[in-house]
Amino acid sequence: MRVIRFVLNGDPVETAAPAHWTLLELLRYGLKLTGSKQGCDKGDCGACTVLVGGKPILACLSLAARAEGQEITTIEGLMPLHKSRGGSGADPVQEAFDACGALQCGFCQPGMMLSTRALLNQHPQPSREQIQAALSGNLCRCTGYTQILQAVETAIAQSTGAPAPQPAWARDRELQGQEPQS
Amino acid sequence: MAARDQHGPQAPWGDAFQVVGKPHRKVDGMAKATGQAIYTDDIQLPGMLHAKLLRSPHAHANIVSIDTQKARAIPGVHAVITGADLPTRYGVIPWTMDETALAVDKVRFIGDPVAAVAAVDEDTANLALNAIEVEYELLHAYLDPREALERGEPTIHANKRGNNVSKQVDLAFGDVDEALESADLVVEGDYSFHGSTHGAIEPHCAVAQVDAQGLLTLWSSTQITHYVHRALAHVLDLPAHRIRVIQPSLGGAFGGKSDPFALEFVTAKMAQMTGRPVKMLWTREEVFYAHRGRHPMQMHYKTAADKDGKVRAVDAKILIDGGSYSSFGLVTTYYSGQLLTGPYAFPAYRFDSTRVFTNKPPCGPKRGHGSVQPRFAFEVQLDEVAEKLGIDPIEIRRRNYLGEHTQTVNGQRITSNGFLECLDKVERASAWKERHGKLPSGRGLGVAGSMYISGTNYPIYPNDMPQAGIQLKVDRSGLVMVFTGGNDIGQGSNSVVAYLVAEELGLELDAVRVIAADTDLCPVDLGAYSSRVTFMVGNAAIDAARKLRKLVVQALAEKWEVPEQRVRLVGGFAVDLEDPERHVPSREAFQLAEARFDTLGSTGSYNTPTLGGDYRGGTIGASPAYSFTAHIVEVEVDEETGRIRVPKVWCAHDCGRALNPMLVAGQIEGSVYMGIAEALLENHDMNRFGLHAGPSLLDYRMPTTIDTPEIEALIVESVDPEGPYGAKEAGEGPLHSAIPALSNAIFDACGIRLRHLPFTPAKVLAALREKRAREAADASVSTSTSSTPAV
Repeated sequence: MRVIRFVLNGDPVETAAPAHWTLLELLRYGLKLTGSKQGCDKGDCGACTVLVGGKPILACLSLAARAEGQEITTIEGLMPLHKSRGGSGADPVQEAFDACGALQCGFCQPGMMLSTRALLNQHPQPSREQIQAALSGNLCRCTGYTQILQAVETAIAQSTGAPAPQPAWARDRELQGQEPQS
Repeated sequence: MAARDQHGPQAPWGDAFQVVGKPHRKVDGMAKATGQAIYTDDIQLPGMLHAKLLRSPHAHANIVSIDTQKARAIPGVHAVITGADLPTRYGVIPWTMDETALAVDKVRFIGDPVAAVAAVDEDTANLALNAIEVEYELLHAYLDPREALERGEPTIHANKRGNNVSKQVDLAFGDVDEALESADLVVEGDYSFHGSTHGAIEPHCAVAQVDAQGLLTLWSSTQITHYVHRALAHVLDLPAHRIRVIQPSLGGAFGGKSDPFALEFVTAKMAQMTGRPVKMLWTREEVFYAHRGRHPMQMHYKTAADKDGKVRAVDAKILIDGGSYSSFGLVTTYYSGQLLTGPYAFPAYRFDSTRVFTNKPPCGPKRGHGSVQPRFAFEVQLDEVAEKLGIDPIEIRRRNYLGEHTQTVNGQRITSNGFLECLDKVERASAWKERHGKLPSGRGLGVAGSMYISGTNYPIYPNDMPQAGIQLKVDRSGLVMVFTGGNDIGQGSNSVVAYLVAEELGLELDAVRVIAADTDLCPVDLGAYSSRVTFMVGNAAIDAARKLRKLVVQALAEKWEVPEQRVRLVGGFAVDLEDPERHVPSREAFQLAEARFDTLGSTGSYNTPTLGGDYRGGTIGASPAYSFTAHIVEVEVDEETGRIRVPKVWCAHDCGRALNPMLVAGQIEGSVYMGIAEALLENHDMNRFGLHAGPSLLDYRMPTTIDTPEIEALIVESVDPEGPYGAKEAGEGPLHSAIPALSNAIFDACGIRLRHLPFTPAKVLAALREKRAREAADASVSTSTSSTPAV
């Protein structure tokens, strides 16, 4: 066992884990924060992505000891951290993913949303290519990525006050004069 | 009484929809966005043991002996079991139960489970697996379906015929031979489809617990709670009422979680044995071997057509590589022929499909079960017919349009059919007329069409009960709880049910909550497969809500002393239409109805009408409604490297009424992505030993954000007379024609017909070389003689 001290979603944590545990095992099974997912356990899918010092890392390929002295954000932290900064509701990334239909099975999305959060913290207005590159380590099997990209661009638009981009299906329905808004 | 008899496709109150047709959020969206949604592996129970499977290293072998003594002696190991502990055969199709939870006497593929260990943690369980000694006697392993067809000994499964055939179906409709003789043109060719797998990001997981009263609870990442419930009772020899099966949030399925699996039986058995909860989570590698994915098919097609492009007959012979077990293979074999008979009318059709066993991971249903492969072959061949006759590829598809409210050649009833509008939409959106055949060399557009079922009236196990049931419970707070056996696998079926109940009862969405896929709490639904959930569970939900609405309306009409027609439930209120000042919140309306009629609740159900051709197998593939799809794919072929890039795909899909267009678009986009992925990148391939060529998400190349084309989803709403408010399926149909449209686009780009999947750069280069050689030969011939192109 090894004692590890770090900041998790804003709170100090002191815990112990077997020396061979990954950060993902510590989070999921040690600390019961099961929002970070295990899709492959080999660093291929990105479902376990968490932020360490604001940078996305693969928790399944990092030893738990890597957390020592770090600031770590998991999906569970996004909304509380947003609220603690005076925001209302969930993080704009979470809101946009929900509003745009990007959450089908939802299993890859904690990692996807954290990669997005890290991107937007660094580049508040990335290009489509920058978004694609930043999310290319997160596999999604449900959406074909279309509504995910839509969601990221919606979150960006909201931060700048620009109108949200319109998806193809909505444009098409508008042409037919049948676009209802919720 | 089945719901289909009671309501039409119109809005419940006769005018505009309040909830349906709008891009509402999903009922579980924020739970998933915040990490609160609980998936099976998120369940951690006190004292829980962890189980692992020992899997066969051989593709085909008899088990001579298994020695578990050393494994049992390891501290922390609580149970070790083998096939002898769970010998009862099961299988999702009752006629082909050929699986056991752990191998009995022999193994049939690399990865076949042989023994299981439950221990205090996974590390100890893995240690114990290594201590189990198994002696095998190797048998000849079949890796080539052609060999399995031709050679009977050894058999993979003992059967009466002494061969390795899993299922054979041949059916003929109309006079195929006459049409082949007399038609102006016959195009004939070989096509093949490789294996691909589902690749859901959540690996399979199950947790079992036996409580003090002996009640077994199983949480499982399944898309068929009801069938797992039945299978557990059967294999464990336990009364079904002593078993509860729950599907937690599910991390994707696509057909890959629609069989009962070893982990469900093993965890249940070990929980019984140890008195402790037991979890089993499969590794990604195990998920690849569990498979049940797309069947590889070798297909020979003949299409006869007249000069005007009208198809006269289609003749197909298909060899299906089933892998090591039956799974849904009986249905697959029928679907490979039965689902081709639209969106085009052809007067004569024949297919002869044979599924054989091989010593590879078992194939099963993957999105577009059994019909994606034949659709590929036929749509590529139809394109060739168009080419040879000099007809535009979209035009030939219009000319053969099946029509609506009609019947297919194999006796399937067609209701709504928006295929022509699908073709119009993709033609317009892609600027086909301006661009097809006119793009620079190496760039092209291709089109294809398809149809798919909205559920099937074949209920897997014969019974006269409804296919889908719904129960509603009303609270005095104004909350309506919906209980449904339907499996939300990410497609949003819980949300769809909530939209329908809210629409029917005039409620705000937040006043409807859904409890799903829990066999103790929810009425039976058969599960999330064959694109049946929206259609069937949706109809059941409307049925239940309409019964409840009747009571509420009657109570208010009596109280207000007005005719019932004047009472409208809308937006969280009950309103007197002629005196809108008179209104009460829904909760008061519910309280009035409770006072008038007793505790409020209702049930609803759906069963299919009698459908299908009057012949053996005629009901398999018979659906209450069919969806229709058209794709146009734009492609860029690098003629130097053979690399194919797909910049854009347009897909128009007729889903009846779009209950939520945003969720429909999500299904279309996901389907297009998955179709293009399996055509270009993915390959579920075994090496010469039966070992998977790359059982990881790195080697099995699922596309990333960068590899995925731009996808334009276009929705066509034909409004079906029997669907819930007119809805049909959207989750599987939009995959089919993406793949042949890609092949047809490659032809437009550089004049090569790719008939064998996947479309690798090597195949492109070989086809280009062959084309150049042919052109050179033609050039040398035409300099000496003048030739007339044959039609």
